[in-house]
Amino acid sequence: MSNRCYIATRKGLFTVDRGNSKWSISNAAFVGDNVTLVMHDPRNGDLLASLNHGHFGIKMHRSRDEGKTWAESTVPQYPPMPEGYEPKMVPFFNKPLEWSLKLVWGLAPGGADEPGVVWCGTMPGGLFKSEDNGDSWELVRSLWDDPTRDSWGPNGAEWPGIHSICVDPRDSRHVSIGVSTAGVWITRDSGKTWKITGGGMRSEYAPPEQQGDPLGQDVHCLVQCAGNPEMFWIQHHNGIFKSTDGAATWSEITDVKPSVFGFPVAVHPKDPNTAWFVPAFKDEKRCPTDGRVVVNRTSDGGKTFETLRKGLPQKYAYDLVYRHGLDIDETGKSLAFGSTTGSVWISDDSGDSWQTVASNLPPVYAVRFAKA
Amino acid sequence: MATVRFTQNIQRHVACPTREVKGSNLREVLDDYFRENEKARGYVLDEQGKIRQHMVVFIDGDMVRDRDRLSDRVEPGSVIDVIQSLAGG
Repeated sequence: MSNRCYIATRKGLFTVDRGNSKWSISNAAFVGDNVTLVMHDPRNGDLLASLNHGHFGIKMHRSRDEGKTWAESTVPQYPPMPEGYEPKMVPFFNKPLEWSLKLVWGLAPGGADEPGVVWCGTMPGGLFKSEDNGDSWELVRSLWDDPTRDSWGPNGAEWPGIHSICVDPRDSRHVSIGVSTAGVWITRDSGKTWKITGGGMRSEYAPPEQQGDPLGQDVHCLVQCAGNPEMFWIQHHNGIFKSTDGAATWSEITDVKPSVFGFPVAVHPKDPNTAWFVPAFKDEKRCPTDGRVVVNRTSDGGKTFETLRKGLPQKYAYDLVYRHGLDIDETGKSLAFGSTTGSVWISDDSGDSWQTVASNLPPVYAVRFAKA
Repeated sequence: MATVRFTQNIQRHVACPTREVKGSNLREVLDDYFRENEKARGYVLDEQGKIRQHMVVFIDGDMVRDRDRLSDRVEPGSVIDVIQSLAGG
């Protein structure tokens, strides 16, 4: 059972601790600074926080005392652009593709059998790997140099980005990543080679003939069930998809009320058929339907959904939850999510009821439990 | 020698005292400065050596033109200001 949760926000990183009867904020770090992502490493207790200083660029900080103190650590850096390299133009924006770090958008510890390994997904589309707990990073060239990379699409930002990184608990060399916008990619050799997958997904924002193109899939969030790693769930730009064959093929879950649109998804650590979503009115409004914040839970692999609302605001609430804004602990009992309007809710009964932890934080970018 | 001065806003992240350094263009001057303060380099330049999008550099009061290659000429006695541009909230 997790007793701590970290909340990365536009203006700081907040620690939330479990008390006797409720969760409450116990610490604030980096107050005033834009903390875009936080990762807790269950293997050694390290915390990594990514900051976007705007003027001064993207930085990484690390804590080795559970967030009491932080020190700036090494940030992933793109290698020198090859002499004479002429970047292609980004579709939509008619601007050259970037070759420098714009955002740290995904952080994941490697497997239990590979201490020190940390994966980092970024904008403009580079995946980095560290083998020394983030002391140094190396761009995964096999993916960056893939001939399709020039045609990866942007998303809400101007660059493609890697946001979801799933390390297979059976084999740490087997890593699946979600890219917005370039579908799902899988390596089985620690990043030496990659294959795109995504058969069965559909992008309704593309011309009809191109909707099945795996490269055109705007994956908002990809998760893998630890207890049954063949099972993946995706919150996609235009729907919910699941795979029961290790991400090889996907089936769409439709007819979900109030909406199939959203950003995050969480899967139960043991039960692959139980997953949670935070729906929003799709796509052009991006706020809770009818001003009601709800969480959708399926317990039967997507056949049916329960709409959970106990403890959540049901009137004039316009909280949007970003892709890293929802997390589940290692028991599957505790879930936490945070919103663009600075609210944080935690449930200790798998989402049946929710406690309001905060209502006035800065916009929340990421919520992460400290897991055992 | 040229004098390099930094915005106050950078100082809470990395100390950047005013110093006199050598060089006949901006690249040489900043390289000389960052040689003894490597951490500061990444706060002003990106990993390709370009001036970060929301940073501005002035040489004797004139805004630097070549933000990618940093070829703008620096005279002995020049004063270089490294400042953040107005942006964000």
